[in-house]
Amino acid sequence: MTDGDIVNETFELISFRIDSQEFCLDIMAVREIRGWTVATPLPHSPSYVRGVINLRGAVLPILDLKARLGLGAAEPSARSVIIVVHIGKRLVGLLVDGVSEILAVDRSLIKPTPNVGCETVSRFVRGIVATEGRMISWVALDDILPAEEQVEAA
Amino acid sequence: MDSMDAIKQTYFQECDELLASLEEGLLALEAGEGDNDTINAVFRAVHSVKGGAGAFGFEPMVAFAHVFETALDLMRSGKLDPDPDVLKILLRASDVLADHVQAAKGEGVVDDARARAMSEALEALTSPDQPRGALAPAALEAPVADQWGFTPLKFDLEDAAPAQAGWRLVLRPTAAMYANGHDALLFLRELGRLGECKVSLDASRLPDLAAINPEKPYLDWSVELPGETPESAIRDVFDFVGDDCPIELTRIEPAPPAPFLTPDIVKDVMAASTEPLEPSAPDKAGAGSDRANAKTATAGGATIRVDLERVDRMIDLVGELVINQAMLAQRVAESDLARSSTIAMGLDELEQLTREIQDSVMAIRAQPVKSVFQRMPRLVREIAGTTGKQVRLVMEGEGTEVDKTVIERLSDPITHMLRNAIDHGVESPEERIDAGKNEEGTVRLAALHRSGRIVIEVSDDGKGINRPRVREIAVKKGLIAPDENLTDDEIDNLIFLPGFSTASTVSNISGRGVGMDVVKRSIQALGGRIAISSQPGKGSAFTLSLPLTLAVLDGMVISAGEQTLVAPLTAIVESLRPKSAEVRRLGPTGAVLAVRGGHVPLIDIGVALGLRQTPIDPTAGVILLVESEGGGRAALVADEIQGQRQVVIKSLEANFQRVEGIAAATILGDGRVALILDVESIIEKRLNERRENAPLAKAS
Repeated sequence: MTDGDIVNETFELISFRIDSQEFCLDIMAVREIRGWTVATPLPHSPSYVRGVINLRGAVLPILDLKARLGLGAAEPSARSVIIVVHIGKRLVGLLVDGVSEILAVDRSLIKPTPNVGCETVSRFVRGIVATEGRMISWVALDDILPAEEQVEAA
Repeated sequence: MDSMDAIKQTYFQECDELLASLEEGLLALEAGEGDNDTINAVFRAVHSVKGGAGAFGFEPMVAFAHVFETALDLMRSGKLDPDPDVLKILLRASDVLADHVQAAKGEGVVDDARARAMSEALEALTSPDQPRGALAPAALEAPVADQWGFTPLKFDLEDAAPAQAGWRLVLRPTAAMYANGHDALLFLRELGRLGECKVSLDASRLPDLAAINPEKPYLDWSVELPGETPESAIRDVFDFVGDDCPIELTRIEPAPPAPFLTPDIVKDVMAASTEPLEPSAPDKAGAGSDRANAKTATAGGATIRVDLERVDRMIDLVGELVINQAMLAQRVAESDLARSSTIAMGLDELEQLTREIQDSVMAIRAQPVKSVFQRMPRLVREIAGTTGKQVRLVMEGEGTEVDKTVIERLSDPITHMLRNAIDHGVESPEERIDAGKNEEGTVRLAALHRSGRIVIEVSDDGKGINRPRVREIAVKKGLIAPDENLTDDEIDNLIFLPGFSTASTVSNISGRGVGMDVVKRSIQALGGRIAISSQPGKGSAFTLSLPLTLAVLDGMVISAGEQTLVAPLTAIVESLRPKSAEVRRLGPTGAVLAVRGGHVPLIDIGVALGLRQTPIDPTAGVILLVESEGGGRAALVADEIQGQRQVVIKSLEANFQRVEGIAAATILGDGRVALILDVESIIEKRLNERRENAPLAKAS
């Protein structure tokens, strides 16, 4: 990405709600959105790893985004969806309550994450989208998998 | 740079194939099965390796290949007999050439001393044929390496000049001849039909590269034909070119003087220019070449190189198709459709097709084990060389096909087993003669299919396992109690225990601190098993069996803590429902199962995987008796067994990461993911948790 050169660069973001907060993801990272199916739990995994499901023959890990963002464990219902995203070469499913809309956002509307003294926020929020009086947190996916954490812990 | 690298990669791939066919050809010749076509194929292999090496500037390789090629060229022209001694040298030369290729790839170094010794041995092969006559001084002159380290090899093209009368024909092609589309090679070929010719090239008019005019002819040929050929027949060959190719035809009388000295380059150019003649040579289909033709047909069938990833993707897709088809079938069965309905019948056909597709896709990845086997003759030669033993390697079933992923992992165990067979099994020539055996030991490497698995057997006719010695070592190392009563089989199996090594001195061949336990472990990791049988004085045999593919696995589908899990069948020794008397508490939480006189720790699968907090009552569940590396055993407690099934292995790491206690995942008929247990790590973890000073389990 060429920083700053293009003034009118717009991003397409997909937004969703967790409790009262709004979050969004870069639509380019999203491969598909599918309904919730019960996941097979993985042993010895952090609580936000719901388990794995079968995505057309591939084994897809499901992360509870709510739990990952430190907002408590999600209670999946029939309305819950899984957003399948690319993270590097991996495909990962994110469990959310439901997607709201697709936003086309000008780059100028994306603000740096304010420092609220919370490690989870600085780690998982890439920026803040301020539009129509709403505040939407852009979720950073790079660090969302537990891999590094476990290696460090061990 | 990238495209150059790509070309280089292609060249290296070709080199591997060429080296393989080189070795194969030499081995065929050694076995007395070769004919002229085999010699030609061997020559062409070296020639092509050399050609590419020249293009990429691998000078040491070019120099070596050149000497090698010269020797083969002599053999090709019948001046060097392919007797066993010569072939032994040539086989070793092919090893050195392979080293050169590896070095060029940047994956190894060439042992200079060895390469030089080999070059000299090859040169020695080519010189005894030199006549000791007038040209002897030239032949004896030591070859001088030029600035590129290129050692020219002098040999006399006229050494076999006919002592009887003959024709000498000098061809001086003109530019007009080439411009009219004629080719000097065609004349030479025509002349070749008239009788045995000796062709020499006169390249003396060839200017420096910078001065070459591509449209001008610089090369002349001098051909000697047998005396009985009618003059008219020779002239007829040039009938239709007329003055475009002036010829000088002279009758030569017996005992001619040496016509002219040919520069070294002549031979080179000749080798290059005569080569294209062969594939189309009219007598190619002649006697004795049928066998070779059949061979080339199988080897050279239309093949394409395909990226393994693409094939894997296809296998994945077919796996999905199978699961989808199964789910669809289940839905249809659940609905109230009649079995004879068109939907149900169409579904049956779909099932047939799906299975066929699955089989064909798996067949794409199947490869003959030959690619692994063909590396072994060299290994055997080298080990035999370092140990001073005489060993003949007999290979069988090279065509046996197995999945590519398995092939890749066969090499190490086979290497290790062959090393063991030669180092520990086969005796020295003296010992063998004393024992009344042939001084040359035989090691047999065979592959075969048996009940859906591939079986590799490595056997030798050596001295067999020295059981008293094995026992003594096992006692000394504390692996067994001194008074332990073991059967012969049990003693033989002691060699698979970790830390066991019978070699009293650590030789640089098999005893490297790692022993057969490593082989066993790596084979078990692939879902395989290894067994040994031995007869004192007669030899021993290792038999290893592996699944045909690592894409599917035979598993026991079990449930634990409301989850469906798959345990690899190869790890399971037996499954049983325990009686309450057989389950004994041990300590506050531990429990053991009394089975056949031993006590095996009980591990609740649900607890081990964190699916539940408290273990279930073992007598209410099912016990899977499993064996881990080194023969350590444990009793896994599951809620129930659902059945035995072949499952498609899916990686967890592809999208996630390694999970402790889990080897991989699979997708069951209901579309859900089920985890495949990693029995090794479950037991290991358990043992680490409770560092009991338990004696090593009996090897059985």
